[in-house]
Amino acid sequence: MAAVNATSTIFDIAVIGGGLVGSSIAYGLRDRVGSIAVLDEGDVALRASRGNFGLVWLQSKGHGMGAYSRWTLGSTRLWPRLAAQLLEETGIDVALEQKGGLTPLMGDHEIEARHQWVRALMAQPGVEPYEWKLLDHHQAASLVPGLGKDVTGAIWTPHDGIVNPLKLLRAFHTAFDRSGVSYLPHHGVAGIAHTAQGFELTTPAGIVRARRIVLASGLRNGELGAQVGLRLPMAPQRGQIIVLERTRRLLDTPMVTLRQNDEGSWLVGDSQEDAGYAEHVTTLPVLATLADRAVRTLPALKEVRAVRAWSALRVRAQDGFPVYEQSSTPPGAFIVTCHSGVTLAATHALKLAPMIAEGALEAELAPFSTRRFHVQTT
Amino acid sequence: MSAGLPATTCELLVIGAGPAGLAAATRAAGLGLDTVLIDEQPAPGGQIYRAIGSTPVRDRAILGADYWHGLGLLEPFQRSGVRHVAGATVWAVNRREDDGFEVAYSIATPGQDARAGLLHCRHVILATGAQERPFPIPGWTLPGVITAGAAQILLKTSAVVPSGTTVLAGGGPLLYLLAWQYLNAGVPIHAILETTPAGQWRRALPFVWGFLRSPYLGKGLKLLRAVRARVPIVTGVSALEALGDARGQLARLRYRAGGRTEELALDQLLLHQGVVPNTNLSRALGLEHVWSERQDCWEPVVDAWGASSVAQVTIAGDGAGIAGAIAAEHRGRVAAVHAAVALGRLDGPARDREAATHRAALARAVRGREFFETLYRAPDAFRRPVGDTIVCRCEEATAEQVRQAARMGCQGPNQMKAFLRCGMGPCQGRFCGLTVTELIADEQGRHPRDVGAYRVRFPIKPVTLGEIASLPQTEASRAAVVRFRK
Amino acid sequence: MFRRLDTPAEAGARVVRITIDDVATDCREGDSVAAALFAAGLPACRDTAVSGAARGPFCMMGVCYDCLVGIDGHANQQACMTRVREGMTVRRQLGAREVGA
Repeated sequence: MAAVNATSTIFDIAVIGGGLVGSSIAYGLRDRVGSIAVLDEGDVALRASRGNFGLVWLQSKGHGMGAYSRWTLGSTRLWPRLAAQLLEETGIDVALEQKGGLTPLMGDHEIEARHQWVRALMAQPGVEPYEWKLLDHHQAASLVPGLGKDVTGAIWTPHDGIVNPLKLLRAFHTAFDRSGVSYLPHHGVAGIAHTAQGFELTTPAGIVRARRIVLASGLRNGELGAQVGLRLPMAPQRGQIIVLERTRRLLDTPMVTLRQNDEGSWLVGDSQEDAGYAEHVTTLPVLATLADRAVRTLPALKEVRAVRAWSALRVRAQDGFPVYEQSSTPPGAFIVTCHSGVTLAATHALKLAPMIAEGALEAELAPFSTRRFHVQTT
Repeated sequence: MSAGLPATTCELLVIGAGPAGLAAATRAAGLGLDTVLIDEQPAPGGQIYRAIGSTPVRDRAILGADYWHGLGLLEPFQRSGVRHVAGATVWAVNRREDDGFEVAYSIATPGQDARAGLLHCRHVILATGAQERPFPIPGWTLPGVITAGAAQILLKTSAVVPSGTTVLAGGGPLLYLLAWQYLNAGVPIHAILETTPAGQWRRALPFVWGFLRSPYLGKGLKLLRAVRARVPIVTGVSALEALGDARGQLARLRYRAGGRTEELALDQLLLHQGVVPNTNLSRALGLEHVWSERQDCWEPVVDAWGASSVAQVTIAGDGAGIAGAIAAEHRGRVAAVHAAVALGRLDGPARDREAATHRAALARAVRGREFFETLYRAPDAFRRPVGDTIVCRCEEATAEQVRQAARMGCQGPNQMKAFLRCGMGPCQGRFCGLTVTELIADEQGRHPRDVGAYRVRFPIKPVTLGEIASLPQTEASRAAVVRFRK
Repeated sequence: MFRRLDTPAEAGARVVRITIDDVATDCREGDSVAAALFAAGLPACRDTAVSGAARGPFCMMGVCYDCLVGIDGHANQQACMTRVREGMTVRRQLGAREVGA
């Protein structure tokens, strides 16, 4: 922990939130601004960063907002650079694999529905076209050894992949430690005030001052955004995940609902439930449906043991798309909200952070501002 | 795949067939409650009375009277009419809409795949007892190193005993009890290495009056004398290090005592530094826990009846706080009368009258415990390891890795888990949780109660994907997972 | 090493024959696989999935998960929680389990 007298310093930028979003931005801000602080809460907060699947995923993004598909494609292209940089700087290999990914489909109804959905996505304005294919069972089975016969089709794209999100977070934090970014845990921000020099953040550990701030507090961004004049309606969504014990490495092509880690453990997902903020429970029927589907996807997993299950809340704005905006009155507060903190980590570090350092978001991010929530429909 | 799974129904579910569970279930049945007792082991007894009905060590002089006392719990249980579900591992307990509970368990039938089972009940008594406190020394993961409790289980269940050079190390009455049982069975012990620090007697002295009036005094001293007469004891051991051979098995033990470092070749090292409550199920249920100063561990918060912070969940026995086997059975009976009132089968005054008897017995049973707890408190060095000592046995995270992450500002055990994977293995943090909390506390100058513990969720024991898949699904669960509608 | 006590009950106990890594081994009815391993002079039963380090049963009560072995073709079974059966095949668990494809 950097030994900083947080109450007397004025940081150039304070990032509120030490999860994947805040950390990737803070990482990218280094060498572009003077002093950086990352303010984090305690050990048991609504920590979305610990509840994620580790997918670097393109194919399901942007149905309803073409710009989101384009933004995501850009991030997948930047990921190798981020991974290499982190390895060189920290010695931590975040185990990035971009060998392609699948959405498994069971039965004609699912295939038809999903195929239409993808075609509609790709036809939207703002989408940069990319390679994707509808595979039949045999084609999919060549990528997934032992694929269950119930999986009669799959959507595949070469751009999809995985990374180890826990190693990623650790790599960011290690980089902070080595480059003088002040990581401040137990500094949950209760209030934001605007002053002549910038902003004053009230935390249980004292006041933190910064010329500019980045709101990357995940599920709290709605509440904090309001304090800088940004109206951001949030709709968190619970997802439950089952984690299986380590096995020998079998699966190289991740699926959106089933993948294997570099260490050999497996993740089974994913559910989408409206459960408010009740993220501390796992429920048997959902686990049963998740498990049932996973066994049908890969029958050999039937005997493999679940060692834990958890649920987490996706950080989601009301329409499910990211939010990037700078406050206007006062300026200098940047809000960053998304639920794909892993996929977008590369573009957050390598494209978004430089924009924030320069003091203005570029035009390509206009579709992501909160103005879209205030548009009156006729 | 989710063919309707018939659920067993009962009023009261008791989880754990040790002294607390046996006593609670027996008494509950006696009060007319429809009771099921579920336990992982194939036969009742828990750990302290393990194999009480089947042990091949039939000469009672070997295991001693305290062990055979367990028959006095077993026989009434067998006549009680309680439904006993054996070889069954509870892995989830969820609330149902009618405020009852749905309990998922995994039942192992010899020669067959494990099967999922479901049970519905209205009240739960947790009697899951205790486990050995982690004892992280360099080399504690080497084959040849086991806990004293494990060695005792081998003796009780299979009459299997160590041969060759055997050393017992640590502190606590179990170490001496096991040594005594081995001597009774003709098993030689090379040495007992006591880690109790020299000054500890003085700290325990204020509580000696309780010890002098306790039931432990007579037998305790007799046992101690018998062991000390025949086994070399080394006191004030401040460091232990187990060393392996080329095969990666235990070969030598290095230790420090009396200002000198000694080393010896050995075949078995039996470690013990007390027991701590099993809290994984109570945590996953959302029960409140507190840090026990005297025992350096977490305990669920319970009132005098064993009632927890969650309605209709009661805890009896060592799982509520370490107090020993005799105390456990009386707490079990107290929990049973409380459950009877909670289920509307007994009125308050009748409960209080009966509970008075159990409480009196309980008070006698716990006399002297403060003395032992203070005397045998696990020393800092063995609760807060350093260097390459493995802390998380499953994921092989070391003390230095945990300490370094704590120095970097890791806020607590859950972020530690995310950084190092400690607590993510199949033991689900049972053997590393306390150590991780203590190491963070040590590095950051915080109190363990502020550092906190791992969040635990169901399944609280690993269970196969196939078993989970065989449980009932709902419209809502399918809608949440299968989202290709158009 | 571990050995069996010479008790009368032991003398009368039914012998169960299993194989441990293809070696025929006699044990007693009622033994856990872990007890049978100890009695057969085998304190190690697996190599870890993380580093390949040798491990053996540690707690004997089903909470440490160090006693994992292959039993009758099923990987990662807790030896201390499984009773021996005539003809049972026990195999050292070599690292992470295979997933049959």
